Amino acid sequence: MINIVGALVFVLVAPVVGALVAGIDRKITAHMQGRVGPSLFQPFYDVGKLFEKEQAVVNETQIFYAICYLIFMIFTGALFFAGGDLLLVIFALTLAQIFLVLGAFAANSPYSYVGAERELLQILAYEPMVILTAVGMFMVTKSFNVSDIVTSTTPVVLLIPGIFFGFLYVLTIKLRKSPFDISTSHHAHQEIVKGVTTEFSGPSLGLIEVTHWYETVFLLGFIYLFFGFSPLIAVIAVIVVYLLEILVDNTNARVRWQLAVKSSWLIAAAVGVLNLAALYYVLGGLP
Amino acid sequence: MTYLAKSPWIIHYDASSCNGCDIEILACLTPMYDVERFGIINTGNPKHADIFVVTGSVNEQNREIILNIYNQMPDPKVVVAVGICATSGGVFRECYNVAGGIDKLIPVDVYVMGCAARPESIIDGIVTALGILEEKRTGKVHSAPVIDHHENKEHPPQNNGSA
Repeated sequence: MINIVGALVFVLVAPVVGALVAGIDRKITAHMQGRVGPSLFQPFYDVGKLFEKEQAVVNETQIFYAICYLIFMIFTGALFFAGGDLLLVIFALTLAQIFLVLGAFAANSPYSYVGAERELLQILAYEPMVILTAVGMFMVTKSFNVSDIVTSTTPVVLLIPGIFFGFLYVLTIKLRKSPFDISTSHHAHQEIVKGVTTEFSGPSLGLIEVTHWYETVFLLGFIYLFFGFSPLIAVIAVIVVYLLEILVDNTNARVRWQLAVKSSWLIAAAVGVLNLAALYYVLGGLP
Repeated sequence: MTYLAKSPWIIHYDASSCNGCDIEILACLTPMYDVERFGIINTGNPKHADIFVVTGSVNEQNREIILNIYNQMPDPKVVVAVGICATSGGVFRECYNVAGGIDKLIPVDVYVMGCAARPESIIDGIVTALGILEEKRTGKVHSAPVIDHHENKEHPPQNNGSA
């Protein structure tokens, strides 16, 4: 069953929430480093500024790909918050990400190319674990529909703790946080100039920032899904997970892409598959 | 109200500076001065930057790079020359390899004095630059790409393949 209201609320509210989350993130990060930090609304100012700047791109198609990235990210989140099929949500997410890679490849720049290749490696790194998460949720709740999973009274996280841990591991990649901010990163961090976003400037970079706000809210919604049996615990869990991500971001140096791919696949294979196997054994087969 | 003044992103380039001014610029980013509280971020990418902060003077090795960075920055943009070398060439102005201050090559909007420039004066220079940035935005000033007319026939600039 599709809940149109959920989708509409996501489309309208998610950028505001996502930007505030980014603002809180920067504030907490600054405090962790002994600084005062920017205003809570700094992400709004940054994007507002980007839309005031000149649109200077190497290739016009870059703008098209940036718009597609935004549209498909909104589609992903809207489908998720409408209670749609989790597998379709994951495929839409991948498609959105691919548009960013294409945008980076559209400009003939070595920095942009390296960033795009690293973005592909990141997709390669997190994708198995994200799909295992969907399978795990299906094993536990007997449905791929977000609406069924979130209303399920089964304590999902207690039955698939391994998958939850694995998802947290790849969440660091998705949120572009250290140690896995290898394709591009936020704040003042630099890697291969600015990775996938090197050749984007002004409004098209603004679109990518807005997309990231949508993505953050969608990913936090994904965390909520693990705790759907109790909304209070779920909200607390989402906050704790995000604070944990900020802590990891500030206490870890960036790793090489080899380690990012190897470790996330190892985690997916070890805790993810083991968790599924144990569940299969306990439940006595597929639901 | 504009957002431009609330989120100035800078790109910092060391053009034959002795590193004194560069250390002071980096000091601005430390917890002591923390310019990020004004939304100032040190980007490494000219395409994301609003303010070009240059230290040191123009010489044969770096004029191409300064031009490249300046021309790649999207409008509106301002240039801040930090330190006496960037302003006029300083004690090196008579050197055979030094062309002089940054304004010999690209239009400079703000000059920050000092050897080395103090973090307070650098922050003051950036804040002054914000006013000019805002004027350029409202006036829709288009900064034309700068072409280097300087030709050194005896020692042409070496193109080592880097952008």
